[in-house]
Amino acid sequence: MATMTLVQAIHDALALEMERDPRVVLLGEDIGRNGGVFRATEGLWERFGPERVIDTPLAEAGIVGMAIGMSLNGLRPVAEIQFADFIFPAFEQIVSELAKFRYRSAGQFIAPVVIRTPSGGGIKGGHYHSQSPEAYFIHTAGLKVAMPSTPADAKGLLAAAMRDPDPVIFFEPKALYRTAKGEVPEGDFTVPLGKARTVRAGEDVSLITYGATVHVAEEAAALAQEEGIGVDLLDLRTLWPLDIEAVVRSVERTGRAVVLHEAPRTCGFGAELVALIQEKAFLHLKAPVARVTGFDTPFPYALEKLYIPDARRVLDAIRAAVSF
Amino acid sequence: MELPLLVALRDDGSVDPDLDPKFDAETLRLLFRKMVFLRALDEKALHLQRSGRIGFYIGAAGQEAAESGSGFALQPGDWLFPSYRDQGVALLHGYPLSALVAQLFGNSADATKGRQMPNHWCDRSARVVSVSSPVATQLPQSVGAAYAAKLRGEKNAFIAYFGDGGSSTGEFHVAMNFAGVFSTPNVFFCSNNQYAISVPVSKQTASGSIAAKAAAYGIQGVRVDGNDVLAVYRVTRDALERARAGCGSTLVEAITYRMGAHSTSDDPARYRSGEEVEAWRRKDPIARFAGHLRRLGLLDEAAEEAAAVEAREEIRRAVAACESAPPVPPESLVEDVYAEMPWHLSEQREWIRKTAGS
Ligand SMILES: Cc1ncc(C[n+]2csc(CCOP(=O)(O)OP(=O)(O)O)c2C)c(N)n1
Repeated sequence: MATMTLVQAIHDALALEMERDPRVVLLGEDIGRNGGVFRATEGLWERFGPERVIDTPLAEAGIVGMAIGMSLNGLRPVAEIQFADFIFPAFEQIVSELAKFRYRSAGQFIAPVVIRTPSGGGIKGGHYHSQSPEAYFIHTAGLKVAMPSTPADAKGLLAAAMRDPDPVIFFEPKALYRTAKGEVPEGDFTVPLGKARTVRAGEDVSLITYGATVHVAEEAAALAQEEGIGVDLLDLRTLWPLDIEAVVRSVERTGRAVVLHEAPRTCGFGAELVALIQEKAFLHLKAPVARVTGFDTPFPYALEKLYIPDARRVLDAIRAAVSF
Repeated sequence: MELPLLVALRDDGSVDPDLDPKFDAETLRLLFRKMVFLRALDEKALHLQRSGRIGFYIGAAGQEAAESGSGFALQPGDWLFPSYRDQGVALLHGYPLSALVAQLFGNSADATKGRQMPNHWCDRSARVVSVSSPVATQLPQSVGAAYAAKLRGEKNAFIAYFGDGGSSTGEFHVAMNFAGVFSTPNVFFCSNNQYAISVPVSKQTASGSIAAKAAAYGIQGVRVDGNDVLAVYRVTRDALERARAGCGSTLVEAITYRMGAHSTSDDPARYRSGEEVEAWRRKDPIARFAGHLRRLGLLDEAAEEAAAVEAREEIRRAVAACESAPPVPPESLVEDVYAEMPWHLSEQREWIRKTAGS
């Protein structure tokens, strides 16, 4: 075990996979000499050379389109989109192409591309350095979507994504890059895609979240505990395909659920979670399933703190669920 | 294809008569003060950021000739589609300093309600369109705005700014192509400051120049020494006049250098050498223009110093006027999403009123 920050764990996974598998190439803006604007690829350009750590021209559609082509012809590309907010020029390549290659060719062509991209707020980045666009990609059949909340999961999930036969959109909560520190297994290590993690067990209410808000949820759960409310806290880790069993198991036990994310409320992933919970655990429910989310506005600059759900908002929802 | 680099202020101190805008003494001095002002604004804003009084800043030191020379050529009816680094052009186009500074603080003095990061301002009355972070999105928009003017028979020009990195985007291609096809009154001003964050322009394009690309779209392309304020003024003025006269669009590439960091989040020492920066420092556009004015007897040390002092004082006053304005009210979060607030945002506003700040 080594103590790492989340961004160091990402770096560790990239370096190990590049070492292990010569087919792995990285491409993106400023990832070479500069080591990425968040330093996730620091030193890799020097170590693996500019042919495997590729600084591209400024064009996300080019980055993803090129990655798709590389993957069709035997490479294992990891594309970095500098901020998730800048993924939209590549939306066409992701939604129309990357997601559909396997299906439209009935498995003849597969595109196992990983797209890494920092998402979420917390750095005073305003509209375009803060968004959480995961729902668009979950909505698109053929894509896997993951988002770690701890350094160990960041390393293990990214390594698993890089070995997965399907395309994975890998969101990295940028607010955690340096604030989340933890023990990370050294050397080869994967965390399977599609498996949630129970952060703490409790009997009264299920709290389901992922990414940066896992830490908000932990804070809220600790406060709830002081009031005698036991929170069963689930970190989804992989958003899609969802670990539905873990969700249902938890809600069947507690009969109450709060889903939490930073992304906007309307058509956010929380809406899907609520629908699934009521479809699969309706008879166990003792209260309506609550959502705690960002607002249905563009991500603000000055009012960032108001926008991002905090422990108090989560605690309010927990209290409402148990006292329903 | 090689396009010549247009230079007005020659190394030997003379001015190319074909490119000389023939400004009178007062105008030359004014132009100089505008450049000095921009440098002072950068210094102040970087200081505000370092001392934690504003969150972020994007400076343009080294690009004052490109900014001021081109901005000076705009007429009030023209539209500006800026990038996040073009505060210099915006100020010359009538965006008030007080508003620009208030936007940096993002408090209730900010006309845009603290919605965006610093450097992402706008001013409808000055025809300065709202700045976005995504690179080059403004380019096709400027073509549409130009088309609207053309449709109504108005004789304004539409200038859009972007960087060398922006020339790699799909939007760049789309904008040049549409402008060519629809023969719109556009000027696309590329500040080629040699870098897109860490990526040198040699990795953006294998083409000899960005301006050369214009030919493929059937529009005019010009390459100008971007550290030569007189040459920048001339080529921009000519391009704007062609646009207003209905003669179509121009792609201007101004060759310049970003002397500072990409933004306050960037450390340029990671990707470029001190010698390179030093070599460009010797081509500092302000020093170059100052040398020209001194040779003409229009500037002395005292006047130069006075210009800087005056600029710092004006900026200091602007900061003092807005820095301690109260924060934006929490419920403004849900305003301006739609023309009329739908039910779900009314609910969210209600929630904010009940809980925020309590
Ligand atoms: C579409 C998009 N991708 C990535 C970014 C992140 N980013 C911000 S500025 C920048 C470099 C822009 O360089 P250039 O266009 O040359 O303009 P400059 O900043 O040098 O003025 C990058 C990559 C962005 N803002 N937009």
